[in-house]
Amino acid sequence: MAERMGFFTDSSVCIGCKACEVACKEWNGVPDDGFVFRATSYDNTGQLGADTWRHVAFIEQDDRWLMSSDVCKHCTHAACLDVCPTGALFRTEFDTVVVQADICNGCGYCVPACPYGVIDRRERDGRAWKCTMCYDRQLGGLEPACAKACPTDSIQFGPLDELRARAEARLERLHADGVAEARLYGDSPGDGVGGTGAFFLLLDEPEIYGLPPDPVVTTRDLPEMWWWAGGAAVTLVGAVAACFLGSRR
Amino acid sequence: MAECHPVGFQWVMEARLRGAKVFHIDPRFSRTSAVADRYLPIRAGSDIVLLGALINHVLSNELYFREYVLAYTNAATLVSKRFQDTEDLDGLFSGFDPESHRYDPSSWAYEGDEESEAETDEMREGGGQHAEAAGSDSYGARGAGASARPPSDPTLRHPRCVLQILKRHFARYTPEMVAELCGIPPEDFAELAEAITANSGRERTTAWVYSVGWTQHSVGAQYIRASAILQLLLGNMGRPGGGIMALRGHASIQGSTDIPTLFNLLPGYIAMPHAHRHEDLAHYLEMEGADTGYWGNRRSYLVSLLKSWWGDAATEDNDFCFGYLPRLTGDHGHYATVMGQIDGTVKGYFVIGENPAVGSANGKAQRLGLANLEWLVVRDLTLVETATFWKDGPELETGELRTGDIATEVFFLPAASHVEKEGTFTNTQRLLQWREKALDPPGECRSDLWFYYHLGKRIRRRLGDDEIDRPAIELTWDYPEEGEHREPSAEAVLREINGTGPDGRALSSYRELAPDGSTRCGCWIYCGVYADEVNQAARREPGSRQSWVAPEWGWAWPANRRILYNRASADPEGRPWSERKAYIWWDAEKGEWTGHDVPDFDLRKPPDYEPPDGARAEAALAGTDPFIMQSDGKGWLYVPSGLSDGPLPTHYEPHESPVLNTLYARQSNPARRTYDRPENPYNPPGSARFPYVFTTSRLTEHHTAGAMSRSLAYLAELQPELFCEVSPQLAAEVGLVNGGWATIVTSRTAIEARVLVTDRVRPLRVQRQIIHQVVMPYHWGYGGGGLVTGDIVNDLLPVVLDPNVYIQESKACTCAVLPGRRPRGQALLDLIEEYRHG
Amino acid sequence: MADGGWISRWPVIRQLKGEDGRRDAARSARTDALRPRTEEADTVARSVCPYCAVGCGQLVYVKDGKVSQIEGDPDSPISRGRLCPKGSASKQLVTHPGRQTQVLYRRPYGTEWERLDLETAMDMIADRVVRTRRETWQETHEGKEVRRTLGIASLGGATLDNEENYLMKKLYTALGAIQVENQARI
Repeated sequence: MAERMGFFTDSSVCIGCKACEVACKEWNGVPDDGFVFRATSYDNTGQLGADTWRHVAFIEQDDRWLMSSDVCKHCTHAACLDVCPTGALFRTEFDTVVVQADICNGCGYCVPACPYGVIDRRERDGRAWKCTMCYDRQLGGLEPACAKACPTDSIQFGPLDELRARAEARLERLHADGVAEARLYGDSPGDGVGGTGAFFLLLDEPEIYGLPPDPVVTTRDLPEMWWWAGGAAVTLVGAVAACFLGSRR
Repeated sequence: MAECHPVGFQWVMEARLRGAKVFHIDPRFSRTSAVADRYLPIRAGSDIVLLGALINHVLSNELYFREYVLAYTNAATLVSKRFQDTEDLDGLFSGFDPESHRYDPSSWAYEGDEESEAETDEMREGGGQHAEAAGSDSYGARGAGASARPPSDPTLRHPRCVLQILKRHFARYTPEMVAELCGIPPEDFAELAEAITANSGRERTTAWVYSVGWTQHSVGAQYIRASAILQLLLGNMGRPGGGIMALRGHASIQGSTDIPTLFNLLPGYIAMPHAHRHEDLAHYLEMEGADTGYWGNRRSYLVSLLKSWWGDAATEDNDFCFGYLPRLTGDHGHYATVMGQIDGTVKGYFVIGENPAVGSANGKAQRLGLANLEWLVVRDLTLVETATFWKDGPELETGELRTGDIATEVFFLPAASHVEKEGTFTNTQRLLQWREKALDPPGECRSDLWFYYHLGKRIRRRLGDDEIDRPAIELTWDYPEEGEHREPSAEAVLREINGTGPDGRALSSYRELAPDGSTRCGCWIYCGVYADEVNQAARREPGSRQSWVAPEWGWAWPANRRILYNRASADPEGRPWSERKAYIWWDAEKGEWTGHDVPDFDLRKPPDYEPPDGARAEAALAGTDPFIMQSDGKGWLYVPSGLSDGPLPTHYEPHESPVLNTLYARQSNPARRTYDRPENPYNPPGSARFPYVFTTSRLTEHHTAGAMSRSLAYLAELQPELFCEVSPQLAAEVGLVNGGWATIVTSRTAIEARVLVTDRVRPLRVQRQIIHQVVMPYHWGYGGGGLVTGDIVNDLLPVVLDPNVYIQESKACTCAVLPGRRPRGQALLDLIEEYRHG
Repeated sequence: MADGGWISRWPVIRQLKGEDGRRDAARSARTDALRPRTEEADTVARSVCPYCAVGCGQLVYVKDGKVSQIEGDPDSPISRGRLCPKGSASKQLVTHPGRQTQVLYRRPYGTEWERLDLETAMDMIADRVVRTRRETWQETHEGKEVRRTLGIASLGGATLDNEENYLMKKLYTALGAIQVENQARI
């Protein structure tokens, strides 16, 4: 398997231009998300969804205007993948999580499973859609469209280990420059989703950016449940068999 | 810059990571402000006060780069005794004629030049006529009779030397005035002043970046002048990391002035001839500039141009067809043209990739003009509002126009996109980049090159042997045709622009141009773009494989130089000012200039070169004169000729302003151009009915008048509706609600927009009162194939022009704001009427 | 694709064969065939973004006579392969359905557009230029020779190529039209 690849989104250099949103749509043929003026700063696409795979949040504070480009986290423990009954969702050789549109039957189990509210069903075709980290581009050795377009390199793509080291260095520098609130989000393998393939440098609390402060994989108890379910099934099979055996007598 | 030039801004972000400090000065808190080190909100229209105070700070604290200033600027030059400053005349310079509102600039001359100027009435007339024809561009030369070595005082103490005049002129531009007129508190001013002076000198440079926020004022050219003075004083011109960068908003704005589709210019900043100033070629050449500096070669530039246009028909005996050039008699600019349409003198109009019905000030006047044409040709990618005004313009809703009454015959011709044709843009850094053609245009779409070439052929076929037809009949108009559409070869046109020598081969440099008609060249500053018969603009050596100057990517005019006047990056002896800022230097062993860039200097002219008496053109400039286009080779702190509204920047309030000019008795630029016509009413000065400052802006997600963004779903969804940004204080004062509607009113019209209440907009304390500013992006219109539509912001603007360049004052006027949506139909007209007259 | 027909690709079979059900075993044939579409382009043109004046390099990929992708040119020392949202939307700019590809004509006092073929339109425009020029020709003005027409004016955008501006200025000047203007002023 290839190295685990990821996104490091450094919001401290984001200029909120939304090139990532557009480059993503151009490459992936994602439809527009409607023309709605939301009166929420410069954000008119609202949130990640079936038709918006990169989303730039704009947060207006007293003397700051924070911007950050959100995306699917490509979790280490991905609940969407765990619950997908068709195998439409799968983990690639780059350790990213991708929906296969030709397999997805639109059951929608993945939608509530995502602790970030990322994956979403598209009204017009019923199927689930989200960021693929431009899987097709990666197969050709290209970086994802959003990372390539990003004018200030706020979105960086690469081997996750390298990105984490780079992010640590950037954080140290910001702390040294007195930006005390700067923090990484999603970089820790010890968090509730086992760390994310797409992680962030934020300048404030994650909630400010609309990110859950402590995401937990919704299928955390699934193996245990499987164990119990399995046990129950064995018991059931045993009981049914006993019935048959009994009846033969 | 982050807002409108995001990819260029990557270099600013990188500089920041390396320790550069970024100040953002803007009425609007934009995405640029969000990532700058310091954001300074400023009242729109007050920038000369700020820049003047910085100049004053530098001068009065002796913080200027003395060696640079002494050697490379005109600081020491003495000015005529006849010159009187705004200090002497309370806001006017000498030479003002209150009848015509124009200056006679002869008294602004250097000492010694003024006699020769004063001598000829013709010359004085020329001053006025020149002022009327926006002809400043070629006046880097001071005019006939100017000497390359005017009297000077190297001690800088003579009361009439430029530096002393500057000191007196800017003395009243104090931090207190900055607070009073700009709304920038003294402590913020001090931080800015400290930063730019600490970061200038031998080891460091400061750069200024501006866009139309500086140019679109009734004193726009003087904003840039003020910045130029500051940068010259600090030694930041001609050096890496220095300069004044104009960030243009369209791909080839630079190219459109170099090879101008502008009324007052011929290619290469050669002035169009004027009926009253220029009789024949010799007379024109005598009048247009001095004989020293590079404009001293102007005969070579002009004759080569005439030869490229009229070929063998242009001979020494017939003045190289100079008489074929039509003559100007005044202002023939865009707004004069629109008034001509309304008055019925302009019958036919070509609009090519432009959308004045949305993009120009006072849209109603634009559309009334369109409605009064005999014929209109519009070429664009989509059906822009300029093409459809007769069908869906706002004047139909108000009843001012009726479709059935509009006689204008309209031709809409679909255009090829940038990937469906080949050719060059000249981008903002003077860089020509060739675009390869990716595919043929669809359907009946054609390039504008195709359109003009084939239109020209058709017109020529229709002309006879009438004398007035000869310029068109004899015009060189043969270009190789390619493909099934018979597309003219853009490379052949570029090669004609480059020029050819007597042997028919492509020239390599403008230095090869001859005054005798033996060379041809369509634009002298582009000479060399086809050197060695190679399309140099198509060069694509990857940036990673060349130096940081990247000289092998595209081709920059002139001569592939990336930084202009780079002789100034070395000291007078030719050594770099510092190792850190080394760029071009004199190599004494080789006897030539060398460095990271193409030297912007005669390659073998040593630093100690002194011109002999009677020398002409570049030979008249010394080895220490870096500003080679100027007649004296100096950077001009003070402009002795070429400007219409004074030799020094002076703060005047915008034509419409809620603030009194407390610096001078003159409220607004006395030489500004107004159009006092019913189509163009002005808000009364100081009117309580229009209490707010109004300014326009752009958004990252859209492009200008919207034709290239509103019709694209991926961009339209990002900013779907017109909105106005207001502070919570203004929202409370007017009764605006976030997400609701506001109506913005001026004497021209009223428009409606959604409301965005934000703390980013900060009310300013100006003259002990609170001034609110309303900032609106202008990308929306009523149609244009747009997926999203909205009222036209430029409809609010008046037509008031800068007298040098005839650019409209669209970055500062006044307005009223009402809650809710605007009235429709006649009720809208009634509302405007009520506001106009109170 | 693995041998054995569709049945062997059925995830259940593959999972039973020991493949990880959430990795390779889940891959569809379409997924296996994925490649960046830029690899299939017939041609790639080196272009420049048409929006602002920074001059970002663009690569224009064409497949079967259609633009299949436009993205940044990493070789450009100006942009290093990056594009802003407008530059990133360039493919939509040149392919969107609202683009006009036919000549349209509105006759005087007309209420609707009419179709006109390009050749006819060109001839009609040439006729009008010649007619208006003659009707409005000024040989002199205030006693001075001017040799011009004020009857024909032009306004160009600043996305015009240098070569286009050059032919425009050259032709207009030869015809005596002086009110030739550009976005560069306004």
